[in-house]
Amino acid sequence: MGEIQVETENKKYEPKIAAFLCNWCSYAGADLAGVGRIQYPATIRTIRVPCSGRINPLYVLKAMANGADGVLVSGCHPGDCHYISGNYVARRKFALIKSLLNHVGLEEDRISFSWVSAAEGGRFAEVVKGVTERVSALGPNNGIFKVVDGGAADE
Amino acid sequence: MSQNKIGSVLIVGAGIAGIQAALDLAESGYLVHLVEESSAIGGTMPMLDKTFPTNDCSMCILSPKLVECGRHLNVRTYTNSQVVKTEGEAGNFKVTIKQKARYIDLEKCTGCGACAEACPVKVDDEFNQGLGKRKAAFKQYSQAFPNAYGIDEKNCLYQTRGKAKGKDICLKCVKACQAGAIDHQMEDKEFEVEVGSMILNPGFKIFDASRLDYYGYGKIKSVITSLEFERLLSASGPFDGHLVRPFDQKEPQKIAWIQCVGSRNAKINNNYCSGVCCMYAIKEAVIAKEHSHIPVDTTIFYMDMRTPGKDFEKYYNNAKNNQGVNFIRSRVYEVTEAKDDSGDACIRYSTEDGKICEDQFDLVVLSVGLEPGDSSKELAQMLDLKVNKFGFAELEPLSGVNTSKAGVFAAGAFSGPRDIPETVMQASAAAGAASALLSDERGTLVSEKEYPPELDVVGDVIRTGVFICHCGVNIGGVVDVPSVVEYAKTLPTVAYATDKIYACSQDAQASIKALISEQKLNRIVVSSCSPRTHEPLFQETLKEAGLNAHLFDMANIRDQCSWVHMHEPEKATEKAKDLTKLAIVRASMQQPVQPIFMSMNHTALVIGGGVAGMTSAVSLADQGYEVHLVEKDNALGGVARRFSTGFRGEDMKAFVAGLIDQVSNHPNIKLHVGVGIKDVGGFLGNFTTTLENGEQLAHGVALLTIGGQEYKPKEYLYGQDDRVMTQIEMDEAIYNHDPKVDNAKNFVFIQCVGSRSDENPYCSRTCCTKSVKLALKVKKKNPGANVFVLYRDMRTYGYYEEDYEEARRIGIIFVRYSENAKPVLSKEADTLVVTVTDHVLDRPIEIEADLVCLAAAIKAPADGKKLSKWFKIPLNAEGFFLEAHMKLRPVDFSTDGVFMAGIAHSPKNMEEVVAQAKAAAGRAGVALSQDQVESAGLNAFVNKRKCTACGTCEAVCSAKAVTVDMVNRVAVVNDALCKGCGACASSCRCGAISLRGCTNEQIVEMLNSL
Repeated sequence: MGEIQVETENKKYEPKIAAFLCNWCSYAGADLAGVGRIQYPATIRTIRVPCSGRINPLYVLKAMANGADGVLVSGCHPGDCHYISGNYVARRKFALIKSLLNHVGLEEDRISFSWVSAAEGGRFAEVVKGVTERVSALGPNNGIFKVVDGGAADE
Repeated sequence: MSQNKIGSVLIVGAGIAGIQAALDLAESGYLVHLVEESSAIGGTMPMLDKTFPTNDCSMCILSPKLVECGRHLNVRTYTNSQVVKTEGEAGNFKVTIKQKARYIDLEKCTGCGACAEACPVKVDDEFNQGLGKRKAAFKQYSQAFPNAYGIDEKNCLYQTRGKAKGKDICLKCVKACQAGAIDHQMEDKEFEVEVGSMILNPGFKIFDASRLDYYGYGKIKSVITSLEFERLLSASGPFDGHLVRPFDQKEPQKIAWIQCVGSRNAKINNNYCSGVCCMYAIKEAVIAKEHSHIPVDTTIFYMDMRTPGKDFEKYYNNAKNNQGVNFIRSRVYEVTEAKDDSGDACIRYSTEDGKICEDQFDLVVLSVGLEPGDSSKELAQMLDLKVNKFGFAELEPLSGVNTSKAGVFAAGAFSGPRDIPETVMQASAAAGAASALLSDERGTLVSEKEYPPELDVVGDVIRTGVFICHCGVNIGGVVDVPSVVEYAKTLPTVAYATDKIYACSQDAQASIKALISEQKLNRIVVSSCSPRTHEPLFQETLKEAGLNAHLFDMANIRDQCSWVHMHEPEKATEKAKDLTKLAIVRASMQQPVQPIFMSMNHTALVIGGGVAGMTSAVSLADQGYEVHLVEKDNALGGVARRFSTGFRGEDMKAFVAGLIDQVSNHPNIKLHVGVGIKDVGGFLGNFTTTLENGEQLAHGVALLTIGGQEYKPKEYLYGQDDRVMTQIEMDEAIYNHDPKVDNAKNFVFIQCVGSRSDENPYCSRTCCTKSVKLALKVKKKNPGANVFVLYRDMRTYGYYEEDYEEARRIGIIFVRYSENAKPVLSKEADTLVVTVTDHVLDRPIEIEADLVCLAAAIKAPADGKKLSKWFKIPLNAEGFFLEAHMKLRPVDFSTDGVFMAGIAHSPKNMEEVVAQAKAAAGRAGVALSQDQVESAGLNAFVNKRKCTACGTCEAVCSAKAVTVDMVNRVAVVNDALCKGCGACASSCRCGAISLRGCTNEQIVEMLNSL
């Protein structure tokens, strides 16, 4: 990760975003964006999971600790979950992790949660564009537990 | 019908129809004999570059099917073969097949191509439409099955000059072949097979454009056919996908398409619409723009733009409004060679208002129509089948697939021009029909596939093999594939990495298998397209090589990389490397997973008792399965009860009554009429549906055939004056001898009411034909009547073109209006006045109407949303059911065990509804024929040592698969119930529960490598 950051210093800053996509809706929506050749920034690195409910809050912390500039979690629309309620499980966890990260001083916009169905290729592209813009505006992730008042970085 | 039925089926023609029918039948327990005239299976699809309306690469979506069909144990494929004789009757036919000598032994040939390299004879390559050359020793296309060469005896030097005289002329191929596969003494052979049924799908041929000399085809070099253009676009084509003129390699900047070449032409007795050309021309124009690195100006010359299929209208609008394709409504007089020696062609045409214009183009593409193939005619003659005046097979009315001979079914273009999804639908329908005929013999002639014993890889050093796919130019055109390969080689565990032109092709599978054993690979990663479509194919290859199917992962560097970052090759390459790395990390940590088998309930539930539902129910019941048919209305029949006649003059009332009779008396069908559905639960093999009356139905599959709704017009005084009616209402009025119709003198039909509008941006498909039929009815009954049809594009596709022509001939007046100047209906005193601007006269005309018939749109069903929630199935933007794949899985949902048919999928006519309903029943039959449901086994599992029996997992599990054993104080997963969502694993406080194939360790390691 470090090496890429050096490289991009001179160019326009291009964030790297870990994207957790559920297999049934959002991953299919992302495929549909491809089929429709709907262009979006090459910023996401996809990790396919069966369901957004599979996403352990730990993963979000891990991604941020590993230098990802942002995290996108995308699942089925409420009520559409292939596994009935996995996306609600995800939503509960996500609300929690978001307030925790806020508490430790991480910019809220680095992590996003969205719903994209299998029929929404265009929407998927819009979501990625939106996330990329928000994360780009914040600049590179300088470490999740960095303490601003001169304390040691704790990782 | 024969008493001695045979559980095997003959399929003639191995295009997409033959392949689909073969797979459906072979999967459901029948032995298939697949006869193909050429040297490889695939038909026309491999020649196409992309397919509309999804722009999917044709080869890529077909390839998995080729492989599956090619290696299916119960499909016997005979290439270079023809049926020469048949005898017997439905249930028991004897068929004589003649197989021409290939001169290369299929068993020995490795497909290496050394023979072709050595062969000195070059001839025009038919596969490339004569645009390139091939040798006399050749393979049709690189992904062909069988993956073997053949020798063309008409051009081989030895066969033509040496063999008869006993001289050893040439024979370079024999020397070149290391495998000793070449046998020039091979002889044609004839053999007999016994089958219970036949499915005929010999395909079509394209219209020979040189028959119409005013288009200059064959004389002017820059005039080519649409199929030639497909080959120009194709990455595997004669110019490797570089869009150039074949004769001077100039990159065209201005390209024209001329529609209806050989279609809609009564002078040459081709008075039918080929149905596919409008869409393929738009597609070619869009792809040409996308494909070329210089701006390309594209123009389509057409009479009516016919885009009535699902999502076609949106595709057309996108081409017109966003992609800048020009559409000129015109008649083309002639195409001549440009006088400036540029090699260009000039098109002289007249526009709608009679102006004569001329324009010069770098390339002119003729959108050639579809005609019956030569072998189709022979086949029909041999079997004494009824054909229509164009030479296509004539199907029994409202049967979808039945030819005039019992036990013989038709699919694809054999019975008329049709596009790929319709062809696939018909193939599944024919397979279902054959299966119903032979249901007693299911499973009698098939054998089960045996895999080599699984290699024990636990504890072995991890050796990952990485395969990066170019996908023609789909990936390779954007992503620097070789650099991804080099990068992969540097990653931990990677023992081998290489690239593949098409990783999904038969030869690539063979090579992956060979490399697994040569390189002792125990993990495989493929970077190509979407695992959603291709994972099963590669996993099958792993199993055949003795590896557990889960020692595998895929990186999606096409749909989610090269296709969506087309203008950023460097970033796309960077992303492809990262995605490949993630897949390698995941795969390297994969452990073998054993599948889990669950019981299969062999009962089907059909929801909706209209024509589609009843047809599906009868077909499934005939296949031997129990069926519950649920209809919320108090009577069966759906909207069809309101129709008097079908599009081919069928008595609709009698047809519906016949179906009701069949479903009411069939021993395998249980009716639930007048009751809705309250709830649905379960999954393939084990669904439980609760009816509103509390009754619970257990079933293994579900078919959703809930129909649609007629749009209630808000426009044209509908509902305010009873002389304004919809098509269905007018049909009823005619049937009931309503004086409003009987006494009317002036009839006005207004098309596209609520269709092709902002509210419903699709075409309702059936209304043009329906209006023409109704107009003909009133005009024939009362020849003195003035009948006007106000339309935007007349979409009388297929044979309905004849009705349109007849209508014009007997004096029905067709007036085109444009989208921006819709007709106006006003009431002056008690007189209805329609005002419309005529395009030819270019001035408004007023018609005093006694009766106005509105072609009201067909809308999506109201209950779609409910079913969508219950069965976890997607709807498209307009509320119609969204199929698993628009081309090749037209009746399947992406949720296993749920199928669709009828209007709820998209608007269509009765004949098409019947075909689709049979197709859904055919596909559902394939699922029901399985003894057990196999699940991958990617379930949750518990580490007992870590578990504290807190019960969080039990609380979050919506499948009720996890329970806490309070005796042993540990959580337990029920594998039959677990669906593998992983909510428990992400919620476990002590990390005791995880998910096979997606463990915490794997994901964390993937994140670490980010």
